Amino acid sequence: MQTDKAVSVSKLSRHFGKFIAVDEISFEVDKGEIFGFLGANGAGKTTAIKMLCGLLKPTSGEATVAGFSINSDTSKIKKNIGYMSQKFSLYDDLTVKENIEFYGGIYGLSREKISDKTDQLISELNLDKMKNSLTRSLPLGWKQRLALSTSLLHDPSIIFLDEPTGGVDPISRRNFWRIIYEIASRGKTVFVTTHYMDEAEYCNRVSIMHKGKIIELGTPTGLKQKYNKTTMQDIFISIIGQN
Amino acid sequence: MKLKRIISIIIKEYTHIFRDWRSLLIIILMPVLMIILYGYAITLDMKNLTFAVIDDAKTPESRELIRGFTENRFFILKYTDIKRNEIESLFKKRYIQMALVIPEDFSESLFSNRITKVQLIVDAADSNVGTFINNYSNRVAQLFNEKLNNRSPGILGLEPRILYNPDMKSANFFVPGLVALILLLICSLLTSITITREKETGTLEQILVSPVNPIEIVVGKVIPYITLGFFNGIIIIIFARLLFKVPINGSLTLIAVLSLIYIFVALSFGLMISAVAKTQQIAMLATLMATVLPTIMLSGFIFPVASMPLPLQYISKAVPATYFLIIIRGIMLKGIGIAELWQHAAALSGIGILMLSMAIIRFKMTLE
Ligand SMILES: Nc1ncnc2c1ncn2[C@@H]1O[C@H](COP(=O)(O)OP(=O)(O)OP(=O)(O)O)[C@@H](O)[C@H]1O
Ligand SMILES: [Mg+2]
Repeated sequence: MQTDKAVSVSKLSRHFGKFIAVDEISFEVDKGEIFGFLGANGAGKTTAIKMLCGLLKPTSGEATVAGFSINSDTSKIKKNIGYMSQKFSLYDDLTVKENIEFYGGIYGLSREKISDKTDQLISELNLDKMKNSLTRSLPLGWKQRLALSTSLLHDPSIIFLDEPTGGVDPISRRNFWRIIYEIASRGKTVFVTTHYMDEAEYCNRVSIMHKGKIIELGTPTGLKQKYNKTTMQDIFISIIGQN
Repeated sequence: MKLKRIISIIIKEYTHIFRDWRSLLIIILMPVLMIILYGYAITLDMKNLTFAVIDDAKTPESRELIRGFTENRFFILKYTDIKRNEIESLFKKRYIQMALVIPEDFSESLFSNRITKVQLIVDAADSNVGTFINNYSNRVAQLFNEKLNNRSPGILGLEPRILYNPDMKSANFFVPGLVALILLLICSLLTSITITREKETGTLEQILVSPVNPIEIVVGKVIPYITLGFFNGIIIIIFARLLFKVPINGSLTLIAVLSLIYIFVALSFGLMISAVAKTQQIAMLATLMATVLPTIMLSGFIFPVASMPLPLQYISKAVPATYFLIIIRGIMLKGIGIAELWQHAAALSGIGILMLSMAIIRFKMTLE
C-alpha cells in the first residue's frame, strides 16, 4: 500500500471480553510529525499503541504503520518502528553497554555497527563513566533516555513512546523532549502518549482520548482557539468535563 | 530464524545467570542439599524397622523364615511369643511396623508342596515404608522358597528391580530415582521463571516489538540452561556415587548423553509453563506440582509401574521420569547399554520435542 502517511488508522477497536478498551478510533499521522496521544488513566492509549506495534491483535478495524497492515504485516512493521513501553524495559541486571549490545543484536545489526552505535550512544548520552555499571544504578531520567536510544538503534522511521517521561523531574523531561525534537528533525515520526499537558504543547498535533474514543484532534493552537483557552490543561479539563 | 538473534539471546541469558551469583549458588547447591537430605531420609527410613513374630509352628523351617528377616540390617525383631490381640496395640503405639504370623501347619504345608500362607501385617501409614516392607518380604519369601524348595522358585511374586540390587541396598534403588526427580525439578524451575520474569518486568514486550520470533526466543533461552542443567546433573551423580556408593556399572558417556535429552525435556516443560503463567510465583508453583507428584507416584520411583492399575500405567507413559528411571537405573545398576535403552531414549526425545513445540505454540498464542 502506497501512502505518504506514517500511520493511518481506520475504525480500530479492541475489546477485552465485554469491555471496550479502544472503540473505533480513526486518525492519521504524517511523516515527520510529533503526534501527541492524550487521555486520562485507562483511556485506552496503551492498548491502541500496542495494536499499532503488533503486540496486540485488534478486535476489528484496520491500520497501516509505515505502509504495512497491522492485521497481516506485523513482521514488516517491526523492522520499521521503535517502541518504548510504559514500563521501563531495559534489563536492570545488565550494564548499559550490555543492554545496547543485546538490543542491537536482536535487531540483527552487524557487530561493527553495534560497537559503533554503542560508542555513539554512550557519548551522546554522556554515559561514558557509567557504561559498565548496571542499568539499575542509573537515575530514572537517564534510564529513560537510554531506553529511548536503544529503541532507535535500528534506525526506525516511526517511534512509539508510551509515557516516556512518567515520574521524572521537569528538567529531565525538558531534556527528553529536546531529544524528541531532534529525532523529529531527522524526519522520523514520533507518536507519544503523555499525562503532562505542558508536554502536549510541544506536539505538532494532539488527539484526546476518552473511554476508548478519540474525542478531539488538532494542533495545540487550533484547539486553543476553538475552546478559547490559553493552555492545553484548560482545554483538556473542559473537554473531559463535557463528556 | 536468524542465528545472530539467537546468539544475542544466548549471551544475554548467560549474563543473567552469571551476574546473579547468589541464585547461581542456590541453583548449584540446592540439588546437592536435596540429594543429601532426601537420600539419607529415604535410606535411613528403611533401616531399623521393628517387627513382631507369632510363631505357632515352631519348626526349623519357621525359624529359617524368621531368620530371613532378621539377618539383614533393615528389620529388628522386637517381640516374639506375644498374643494375637496384642498386635494391634503394638501397631498403634508404633512399636512395630510389621508382624509375621506363622500358622501351626507351616512345615506340613510346605512339605506337602501346597501354597503356604503366612500372614504378614504391615503398617502402611507411611506408604513408602509399607511398600518397602511388602517388596522386601516378597524377596525374603522368595529366597526362602529357593533355599527350601528348589523346584518352585516362583510361588511368590518377584520384583525385578530387586534382582539387580542383590544386596538389597535401598540406596541403589532410590538414589537413581532421586537423580531423576531433582534434575527434572531444578531444570524445569529454571526455565519456568525466565519468560514470566520478562513478562513481569516488561522486557518481553520490548523483545517482541523487534523482529525476533518466538522460536528464536525459546531456543535462545533453552541452550544456556542446558549447560547449567547438565552441570547440575554431573554434580548430582557425583554426589550419589560418593555418598551412597551407588554403583555405575554402565557407560558414563551414555549417562551423560541420555541425561542431556532428559534435561532438554525438563527445560522445555518449564518453558511451556512459562509461556502460560502470568507471574513467577504461579510458574514456580505449577512447576512444582506438575513435576514432583507425578514423578514420585507414577514414574516407578517408588511404586513399580507394572503393579499400577492399567489407567495409571498409561498415564505413566506420559511422565518423562518413567523413561529416564529405566535408563538411569539400567545404566547404573544393570550396566546395560543403548541397545536395550534406545526405545526409552527415543520416547524421551519425542516428549521433549513435543513439549518444546507446545511451548512455542503457546507462546505465540499469548501474543494475540
Ligand atoms: N489485557 C487486558 N485485559 C483486560 N483489560 C485490559 C487489558 N489491558 C488493558 N485493559 C483495560 O483497558 C483499559 C485501557 O487500558 P490502557 O492501558 O490502554 O489505558 P491507558 O490509556 O494507557 O491508561 P494509562 O494512562 O493508565 O496508561 C483499562 O481500563 C484497562 O484496565
Ligand atoms: Mg498506558
